[in-house]
Amino acid sequence: MRKTVLKKLILVALLSMVVPATGFAADTIKVGVAGPHTGDLAPYGIPTKEAAEMVAAQVNAAGGVLGMQVEVMPMDDQCKPEIATNAATKLVSQGVDVVIGHVCSGATKAALGIYKEANIIAVSPSATNPPLTQSGDYPNFYRTIAPDDDQGKLAAEFATNKLGAKKIAILHDKGDYGKGFADFSKHFVEAGGKAEVVLFEGVTPGAMDYSAVIQKVRREGADAVIFGGYHPEASKLIGQMNKKRMKIPFIGPDGVKGDGFLEIAGKDAEGVYATGPMDVSSLPVNQKAKADYIEKYGKEPGTFFDQGYAAMQVILKAIEASGGTEYAGLEKALKGNFVDTAVGRIKFDAKGDAEGVGFSVFQVQDGKFVELK
Amino acid sequence: MEYFLELSSSGLVRGSIYALIALGYTMVYGIIQLINFAHGEIYMIGAFVALIVSGVLTIYGFSGVSILILAALIAAIYAAAYGYTLEKIAYRPLRNAPRLSPLISAIGMSLFLQNYVLLAQTPDFLRFPALIPDFEFMEPIAHIMGSAELVILVTSAISMVGLTVLIKYTRIGKAMRATQQDMVMARLVGVNVDNVISVTFIIGSVLAAIGGVLVGSYIGQINFYIGFMAGVKAFTAAVLGGIGNVPGAVLGALVLGLTEAYAAGYISSAYEDVFAFGVLVLILILRPSGLLGKAVKQKV
Amino acid sequence: MVDNIKRSLLVALWFVFLTFPLMVVKVNTLKSIVEWRWMNMLWVAIGAFALSLVWRWAMARRQLKSKKAEQGEDESVKAGFATRLMEDPKLYKPALIVIALATIVFPLVVDIYQTNIMVLALIFVVLGLGLNVTVGLAGLLDLGYVAFFAVGAYTYGVLNSFYGLGFWTCLPIGGLMGALFGIALGFPILRLRGDYLAIVTLGFGSIAKIVIENWEEVFNGAKGIAGIPRPGFFGAEMNITSATTYTYYLMILMVVFAIFITNRLKDSRIGRAWMALREDEIACVAMGVDMAKTKLGAYAFGAFWAGLAGVIFAARNTYINPNSFTFMESALVLSIVVMGGMGSIIGVIIAALVLILMPEYLRAFSEYRMLMFGAVMVLMMIFRPEGLIANVRRKYTGRKVTTEDANA
Repeated sequence: MRKTVLKKLILVALLSMVVPATGFAADTIKVGVAGPHTGDLAPYGIPTKEAAEMVAAQVNAAGGVLGMQVEVMPMDDQCKPEIATNAATKLVSQGVDVVIGHVCSGATKAALGIYKEANIIAVSPSATNPPLTQSGDYPNFYRTIAPDDDQGKLAAEFATNKLGAKKIAILHDKGDYGKGFADFSKHFVEAGGKAEVVLFEGVTPGAMDYSAVIQKVRREGADAVIFGGYHPEASKLIGQMNKKRMKIPFIGPDGVKGDGFLEIAGKDAEGVYATGPMDVSSLPVNQKAKADYIEKYGKEPGTFFDQGYAAMQVILKAIEASGGTEYAGLEKALKGNFVDTAVGRIKFDAKGDAEGVGFSVFQVQDGKFVELK
Repeated sequence: MEYFLELSSSGLVRGSIYALIALGYTMVYGIIQLINFAHGEIYMIGAFVALIVSGVLTIYGFSGVSILILAALIAAIYAAAYGYTLEKIAYRPLRNAPRLSPLISAIGMSLFLQNYVLLAQTPDFLRFPALIPDFEFMEPIAHIMGSAELVILVTSAISMVGLTVLIKYTRIGKAMRATQQDMVMARLVGVNVDNVISVTFIIGSVLAAIGGVLVGSYIGQINFYIGFMAGVKAFTAAVLGGIGNVPGAVLGALVLGLTEAYAAGYISSAYEDVFAFGVLVLILILRPSGLLGKAVKQKV
Repeated sequence: MVDNIKRSLLVALWFVFLTFPLMVVKVNTLKSIVEWRWMNMLWVAIGAFALSLVWRWAMARRQLKSKKAEQGEDESVKAGFATRLMEDPKLYKPALIVIALATIVFPLVVDIYQTNIMVLALIFVVLGLGLNVTVGLAGLLDLGYVAFFAVGAYTYGVLNSFYGLGFWTCLPIGGLMGALFGIALGFPILRLRGDYLAIVTLGFGSIAKIVIENWEEVFNGAKGIAGIPRPGFFGAEMNITSATTYTYYLMILMVVFAIFITNRLKDSRIGRAWMALREDEIACVAMGVDMAKTKLGAYAFGAFWAGLAGVIFAARNTYINPNSFTFMESALVLSIVVMGGMGSIIGVIIAALVLILMPEYLRAFSEYRMLMFGAVMVLMMIFRPEGLIANVRRKYTGRKVTTEDANA
C-alpha cells in the first residue's frame, strides 16, 4: 500500500517536471527555426534565424496571422546530424507547427524523418542536395533555393561555351554542398565534350593556405577553375591565385555569390564569376528586407538571408491561405499559390522544389555582382 | 624543377608560421609539461586585435607601414596579456593536480575563448587588410614567392634568432633553462619560478600573435575558428621535433609544412592532413621522442 | 576587506583592459565605421569585480581544504557523502533501487525529446566507460577515440547499405571492428608515452575522418549515409516514439552490461595489470607483465565499446556523416572521463549525463552555452580536479591489533 502511494508521488513529481515542456498550442503559431547557431558553421545559420525573427516581428506588429501571434523558436543543430535529431524532437515535443530549416543538407536529412512522422512541414532556405526533393523520400520537405544539379550544369556550360575553356580544373571543399556542386560540374563538362577536366581535387577548409593546390592548377595548364564550396575558401583561393600572378577565370556556386565574398575578397573579387539565384535585388520585397536588416543590425545580411526570409514568408502566407496549420491544407497552399517573397514570386512543385527560382551567372564588376545576360 | 621550387616556397611559408606557434607550445611544455591547448586561440586573438586596430587606424587616417607596425605591436601586447591571464586563471591553480587536469582545463579554455570572440565580435569571416605592401623587386619571382611570403619568412627567422639569443644569453633565459631542467632546484637557488612561467607564456603568446598578424595579412581573412587547426598543426610540429626542444619545434614545423606542400602538390590536397599525421607517426615510430628530442631515461 | 575590494577593483580594471578591443570596439571596414560599445565595458567591469571576489573566496576555501587534507584530518574522519553512499550497503541499496525504478519509468513519463537526448547521453556513457579503460585504468591518453566510434557507426552504415545487414548482425561486428582497429592503431605506438601518444592519437582521429570524407565509393563521403534502419524488434513495425523508447531500453541494457564488464575487469588480472602499467610502466614490465599485450588489450577493449556505441549511434540518428566524428567529440569523451574522476565508473556516468544533457537544457541560452561549457570545464578542474566522484580503490584493511587482543 505504502509503496504504491510512493510510486504515485514519484510519478506526479516527474510529470510535473515534464508538463511545462510539452506546452499548449493554439494561441500562437510556433515556427521552429533550426540551423547552426553556434560553432564554425554558425555564419550560415544565423542569417536565417534573424530573417525569420524579422518577418515574425513585422507580422506580429500588424496583428499576426489569422489573429494569432507568430512565435519563432530558434533551435541550434550545429550542422551535426545527432544534434539535429535532438533539435527536431525538441521542436516536435514543444508542439511546433512548421519548421524553417535545417540549413545543412546532412542535418536536414537526419531531421526530416522526425518531422515526417509528426506531420510537420519543413522549408529549408539552403539545403540544396538534390535527392532531398528528387528521391521522394521526404514529401514534407520544401526549399526556397534551387537544387545543386541546376547550378553545376550552368557553371559547366558557362565555362565551356561562353568562356571557351578547354582545360578546366575543378576544386571543392570536400563538403556535402561543395563536393556535390563539383561533381555535377564535372559530369556536365565531360558530357558536353568541349573541354576536359584536368584536375579534380578537394581542399581542406581551414587549412592555412592553398598555395600548393594553386601551383598544381598552374602546372596542369588549366584555363578556368570551377570551385565548389563557400565564400571563405573561395576568397582564400582567389586571393592566393592573384598573389601567385595567376589570371584565369574563377567560377563559384551560390555559396560564393554573396556580399560576404565581396567583403572578404575585396579587390581580389574583381572578375570572379559565380552562379547564383537570379538577381532579385530589384524586387521591392527584397529591398525592403535588406533595408530593414541594415537598419536593425547595421551590416549587410549574411548568407541565405533572402532564402530564409522567403521561407518564412511562404510558410506564413500558406498558413493564412489554408486557415490553419493542418498538413494537408498547408501542402495545398504551398503547392498551389504563388507568393511574392524576397527571392521572387514562387510556389512549389510536386516534389517540393520552388518554381520561380533559378540560377544565372554573375560576375563581379566594380565591387558588385552583376547578372550576365 | 620550377614546380618543386614553388611547392617548397609554399611549404616553407606554412612551416614558418607553424614554427611561430609551435615555439609557444614547446616552451610551455618544456617548463611545466602542459599541452597548452588554448595556445591556438591566443594566435587567433592576436590576429583579431590586429584586425581591429588596423581597422580603427585606417579610419582615422593612418597609412601604410605605420598601421602594420602599430597593429602588430598592439596585437603582441594583447596576446601577451591574454597568455598571462590564461596561465593565471586556468593553469596556475592546477600546478600540482593530476597530469590530465590541466589538459582538460586547456580544452575548456580553448572553447571559452573561441566562443568569447564569436560573441564579442562576429561568427563571420572578416577581411584582414593586406598590411604587407607589394615590393617591386619581388615581381619577377612573384609566382614562386611573393612579398608577403618573403616578409613571413624573414620575420619568423628574426623572431627565432631573437628567441634563441634571449634564451641563451639573458638572465631570464637562464632562469627559464634552469626551471626547465629542475623546477625545485631552480626555486632553491632563488629563481622565481612563477615569474619564469609567466614570462614563458608571454613570449609564446607574442610569437603566436606575430604569426597571427602575418597569416592574417597573407591570407586576407580570419574568423574565430582559425586558432584550432593552426594550433593542432603547430602542436604536431612541436611533437615532431621533440616537444620541449626549441630548435626541434622549428625543424618539426618546417618538416611538417614541406610535407604538406609536397603531398598536396604531388599527390592530393584532399589527403594533405593524412600525410601530415602520417609523417608524424612514422617519425615517432623510428624516434619515439621526436627528431631532436632527447630520449629521457626513465627511472623506477 | 578593504584590501579585498581594492584587489578586485584592480582585477576589474585589468579585465576591462583585456577585453577592450574585442568587447568594446567593432570595426566595419567596408563602411569605415567604428562602433564603440561602452556599455559592454561597464558589464565587464562589474562582472570581473564580482567574479574576482567570489574567485578569491573560493580559492581560499580550496587552500584550506587541501591543508586539512595534508594534515590528514579530512578523509579518514568524515568520508564525503558520496563515498559513504558507495560503501555503505544500507545507503546504496535503496539508492540503487530508486535509480533503477527511475530509469525504467523514465521514457514512460517524459516526452520523446527527453528520451531521445537521454539515448544520446547513454551512448556517451558507454563511450566514457570505454575510454575509461584506456585512459582511466591503463593511463594511455587517447585524443582520437572518436575514430573507433566512427568505425562502429560506419560498419553498420556500410554493411546495411551494401549488404542489407540488420542492426543485430552489425552490433557485434561493429564492436569487433572497433577492437580490431584498436589493435591495429595501437601496434605502431606501443613505445610512445604520454603526450606523444596524445598527438598521434589525435592524428589518427583526423585521418579517420579524412578517409571517410574522401573515400566516396565506400563511405559515401560528405554526403553521408541516410536511411539507416532503427534497431529492430523481431520485425515489429514501430513508430518513432516507440522506436525511441525501445532504443532507450536497449541502451540501458548496454550500459548495465558495460558497467558489469568493466567493473569485473577492474579487479581481474588484466585490470590489475592495466593499473600497474598506469602507475609505473618500467616497474610493471619488470614484474613480468607483458607490456605489448596489456597495452593492446586496453586499446582493443576501449575501442570495442566505442564500436558498439557507434552502431547504436548510427541506428539512433538513421543518418551519419563525417561531421559527427570530429576532434570535439574526442575531447568531449575525454572530458567525461576526467571530470567523472579517472577510473571511477559512477563518476563517468554522471559526467556523461551532465556534459551531454547540459547543452541540451541550456538551449535557452543557446548562444552562450558553448561559452559556459568551456568555463565549467575549467572551473571543474580547478575546484574538483579529482573529478565528480573520485575513484575509490579497493583496499584490504586488516583489523588493528589492540593491546587487549594481545593480552588475551
